[in-house]
Amino acid sequence: MSFNIELDAVARHYGSVKAVDGVSFSADAGEVVALVGHNGAGKTTLIKLMLGLARPTSGSVSVLGQDPADGDVTVRRRLGYLPENVSFNPVLTGRETLRFYVQLKGRRPKEADALLERIGLAHAADRRIGTYSKGMRQRLGLAQAMIGKPAVLLLDEPTTGLDPELRQQFYGIVREMQAAGTTVLLSSHALNELEGNAGRVVILDEGRKIADGSLDELRRIARLPTRIRLTSGEGGARRLREWMGEPKGLRQINGHIVEIDATPEYKAAFLRRAAGEGAPFEDLDMVPPGLDELYAHFLAGRASQ
Amino acid sequence: MKTILLLSAKELREGLRNRWVIAATGLLAALALTLVFLGSAPAGTVGAGALDVVVISLASLTIFVVPLIALLISHDAIVGEIERGTMTLLLSYPVRRRQVLLGKFLGHLGILAFATCVGYGLAALALAATDKGIGGESWTAFATMTASSVLLGAVFVAIGYLVSALARDRGTAAGIAIGIWLVFVVIYDMALLGILVADQGHHVSGGALNALLLFNPTDAYRILNLSGSNEIAAASGMAGSVQSVALAPLALIAALAAWVAGPMALAALAFSRREL
Repeated sequence: MSFNIELDAVARHYGSVKAVDGVSFSADAGEVVALVGHNGAGKTTLIKLMLGLARPTSGSVSVLGQDPADGDVTVRRRLGYLPENVSFNPVLTGRETLRFYVQLKGRRPKEADALLERIGLAHAADRRIGTYSKGMRQRLGLAQAMIGKPAVLLLDEPTTGLDPELRQQFYGIVREMQAAGTTVLLSSHALNELEGNAGRVVILDEGRKIADGSLDELRRIARLPTRIRLTSGEGGARRLREWMGEPKGLRQINGHIVEIDATPEYKAAFLRRAAGEGAPFEDLDMVPPGLDELYAHFLAGRASQ
Repeated sequence: MKTILLLSAKELREGLRNRWVIAATGLLAALALTLVFLGSAPAGTVGAGALDVVVISLASLTIFVVPLIALLISHDAIVGEIERGTMTLLLSYPVRRRQVLLGKFLGHLGILAFATCVGYGLAALALAATDKGIGGESWTAFATMTASSVLLGAVFVAIGYLVSALARDRGTAAGIAIGIWLVFVVIYDMALLGILVADQGHHVSGGALNALLLFNPTDAYRILNLSGSNEIAAASGMAGSVQSVALAPLALIAALAAWVAGPMALAALAFSRREL
């Protein structure tokens, strides 16, 4: 059984710059994998390697069982790609452009109309792309990537420039594609939006993979503390502290709120105590470490090596 | 093949929307019509047919204008799409780079052919309406001139692609394209003339001159049209050179065709090696 995307010790150097340096990972059907890293970490180069637009200096890339650099037509037909800052010729209309791409994939022109409907661009289909907003262009870009129900979707920074509502819509579409068995690989540096949307996260830094796993797995590895906040009635913070036995690290935020950064092993003990009969709090909030913290943790770990 | 046609249809459509087609057609038509109305004056009663005069002056004009239009359309074709980011997307589709190049070529050639045929055709129609006595040979010369103008355009479209495939950015491509236009249209002939005058016929033989003329597509075009028929050769003052320059029309057309194929092949090679 081979994976839809398989990278084995892939490296791509431009002169002395190691854009990608020995990255291995694979992605199976129905998986959503996020490539995370700051600008210049090698995300776009990795995607270009998977598209066959760049050739690896060493290592091997396989997409749908083929080397993408061969440019195999049957593989390309089952591949969707949304480039970073997608652009189209501004003098053509959305419908003309999408029809062109639909036909280029050997599909019937009618599919373009259905896709325009699906991404909510039907009303602007016959307007020139030059009049489109950034969000509309991005949606058109997504529509062209969805042509022919691809088995692999490569999305480079798909949500930059989208407002929150469009972002939700976008991840809705990603979930639908995932349910239909598509492998979705998306790169991002907006980490927080990946929560609940990406099954797996691959963190890249300076061309190297520094972490790979589901968000929960990464949290376990990172052993980052969970922030727990207890709120009581006015002036109750002192009573809260006494009730909890003045544990180390407990901070008083104001008269009625206390907070602690609980390590994974201490979290359960803290909660048991807090949940005892008659505990003097009205509300409890738990904030698990976000991706930003995770990312910072793994980057710091690499720097200290 | 279907892919190539799709690509060229898109190129044509963009050309129409960008008003490239209108601009090129309008320019060529305006120039040709101007020549038609001015052209009958110098001919006077020398005996040269009105259409022959038009062929001569239009051919001389074509050498300046058509390569310029062709380079303007083509120098941006590859590097421009790479810079705008549309090329990465296109190449993620089931499309080979050769197909991209050929599709664009057909589209751009279509734009040029349309502009030339309509622009020059309008002039010929205007002339035919005012002068009934135009001979068949003149019409043949006119048809040859129009067809070879398209071929000359094809040469410079191909050269433009080569520049576009090699250039780092659009600005560089534009600069090189202008340089190439200057060399082939202006400098080459002046240099050649200078060499011939300085040499006084001692070293540069007729054969060498032929080769040197074939080495510049605009010269091949010029000889093809100005010495094509005896009438025209006489009227254009090329009668003397026709004897010393022994280049058959077929050889000239072959030279022009080679000037299309060569740069296209090199452009395909450069493009296929280029990383995006």
